[in-house]
Amino acid sequence: MARFLIRRLAFALVLLLCTSSAALFLTRLAPGDVTSQLGPFVPRAEIEAARSRFGLDRNPVVQWGSWLSRAVRLDFGDSFLYNRPVGPLVVRAAGNTAVLAVSALIVSTFVGIGLGIFTGTHRTGWLSAFVRGMSVMCISVPPLLMSLMLVFIAARTRWLPTGGMLSAGTVDASWTTATVDVAWHLVLPTLALALPIAAAFERLQSQSMSEAVRQPFLLAAIARGVPRRELVWRHAWPVSIRPICGVYGLVIGSLLSGSFIVEFVTAWPGIGRLMYEALRARDIYLVSACAAAGAGFLAFGTLLGDLLLAVADPGVREEIEA
Amino acid sequence: MRIAGAVLLGLILLAACAAPWLAPNPPNRRFADLLSAPPTRIHVGDGSPAPHLHPLRIVSRLERRFDEDRATHVPLRWFSGVLVSADPDSGAPLLLLGSDAFGRDRFSRLLYGSRATLALAVLATLLATAVGALVGGVAGYAGGRLDTFLSRVSEFVVVLPAIYVALALRAVMPLVLPGSTIFVLLLTIFALLGWPMVARGVRAIVLVERDREYAMAARAAGASPTRLLTRHLLPAARGYLSTQASLLLPAFILAESTMSYVGLGFPDSTPTWGTMLQDASNVALLGDAPWALAPAAAIFMVVLGVNLLVQSTGHAPVQLER
Repeated sequence: MARFLIRRLAFALVLLLCTSSAALFLTRLAPGDVTSQLGPFVPRAEIEAARSRFGLDRNPVVQWGSWLSRAVRLDFGDSFLYNRPVGPLVVRAAGNTAVLAVSALIVSTFVGIGLGIFTGTHRTGWLSAFVRGMSVMCISVPPLLMSLMLVFIAARTRWLPTGGMLSAGTVDASWTTATVDVAWHLVLPTLALALPIAAAFERLQSQSMSEAVRQPFLLAAIARGVPRRELVWRHAWPVSIRPICGVYGLVIGSLLSGSFIVEFVTAWPGIGRLMYEALRARDIYLVSACAAAGAGFLAFGTLLGDLLLAVADPGVREEIEA
Repeated sequence: MRIAGAVLLGLILLAACAAPWLAPNPPNRRFADLLSAPPTRIHVGDGSPAPHLHPLRIVSRLERRFDEDRATHVPLRWFSGVLVSADPDSGAPLLLLGSDAFGRDRFSRLLYGSRATLALAVLATLLATAVGALVGGVAGYAGGRLDTFLSRVSEFVVVLPAIYVALALRAVMPLVLPGSTIFVLLLTIFALLGWPMVARGVRAIVLVERDREYAMAARAAGASPTRLLTRHLLPAARGYLSTQASLLLPAFILAESTMSYVGLGFPDSTPTWGTMLQDASNVALLGDAPWALAPAAAIFMVVLGVNLLVQSTGHAPVQLER
């Protein structure tokens, strides 16, 4: 177990280093630099000063070396766009993305697995046919379309705020009011992100559940007179959960990708939005810090997926413990 | 279900091919008096028996309210170069889905846009599948160091969240580029990100198949490695390749839309479903103009069509956008 964790940690560090360095080099070697943000009528001296402040006048490799030596001391450089250290900026945005991703994951897990168990055990009936139909629809509506559609509904009905994370009035409000306000703003992006994944979970759970209830051991349990509720939850469900655990790692990756466009459409101030701004402005240190944060999410997500699989699948557990 | 999916996709392809003949107006013609106009209503009766339109007049420029000039009748023209249109110089062009913020016919742009979007997605799918099959085949057949290297590379690319990598690769190019350059650029980026998924599966299949009797027989009969791979081993992966292609195609359509929507894809002068979606980003207008979501509906229909087609072949339509 310890060896497994150490190996995964090493992999995460390599991933972090590779992505952030690659982001640094790509942004550095791209045509144009951050000084174009100053506008066309800036004195030459000011441009030179900005270039030397961000190390753009040095050799890219030298710049990478000094950036790396500072990064291991947790100094990730300054952002040009925001004119402050990138560390706190990225931590804040990553926190917002994490809130969105975690709430979407919780919603999709509970809704998807719950409905999947229902449709997997009720093969006939209009309600499970309806749920099945909705799932096939929702799988075909990826976060880009789902968020646009929900924004349209919200704009039309005014039931929900269409974007942002806080209302204008609640900036100085008390802690509880602010939390409620954030939760209210969270509903729309969470739904946009969670519904397609919930649909995928529902399909997977439904298929594996309907396979599980046809197993001979379940027939034996029915013969022993095990009540239906216990049949489903204690006997069939633990067997049928394996495929979901198998895709959980993938889902966390897709949450990260999906959250980019959802953040963009609903103006949620997360890491995707920040990275987009940084990329466009060629804000070199901000880009690499965002890339590092994304890689961190990813490494954590795949680790979580593998651990979940180990919980559900004894074969995988033995592999990890070996 | 399968037939429904095939019919849906067939109709969309047909509409894309016949765009110059179906579109009532040129895609880039601007009707300066009709910015963000609602869909044109077609009247029958009230004075003239043939279907006709009434010209729209602006009532309030700020609220985008229009009024019909009931006194003037503009007849529909059939088969005058295009299937059906109305004389655009009469002040009453046929706008089946209204006009966008620049006064361009949304329906015509949707038809023309499907060509760029679908051509890009189909070509990228073919390219990614071909490269993936080749790399996976070579890796599985050759084995050894080459296999290890190729597998590591593909594993690394698969782990990355594709949309961020695509954005980063696009953003490091000059931000303003002509449409044809963007087409080639996006095609390259999509193929680069798409092949590893295909390669991993093909490698696993070839690894098994190369030790089967028929492959040994072919080798004994003197077939060269190239012939063995292309004529004997890769055909075994045909089913897998078609499944992967059906996952890649919607993903690429979405990637194009996402990138164009955020302003890193095609320029506005090139109609694609992604650039058209930008019109839906104005929340204030979206509430009263659901037709701005027409490109989203088009994307949904393609994804649904592909899912219906795939689902009935026995594979779970579970796709996770990464």
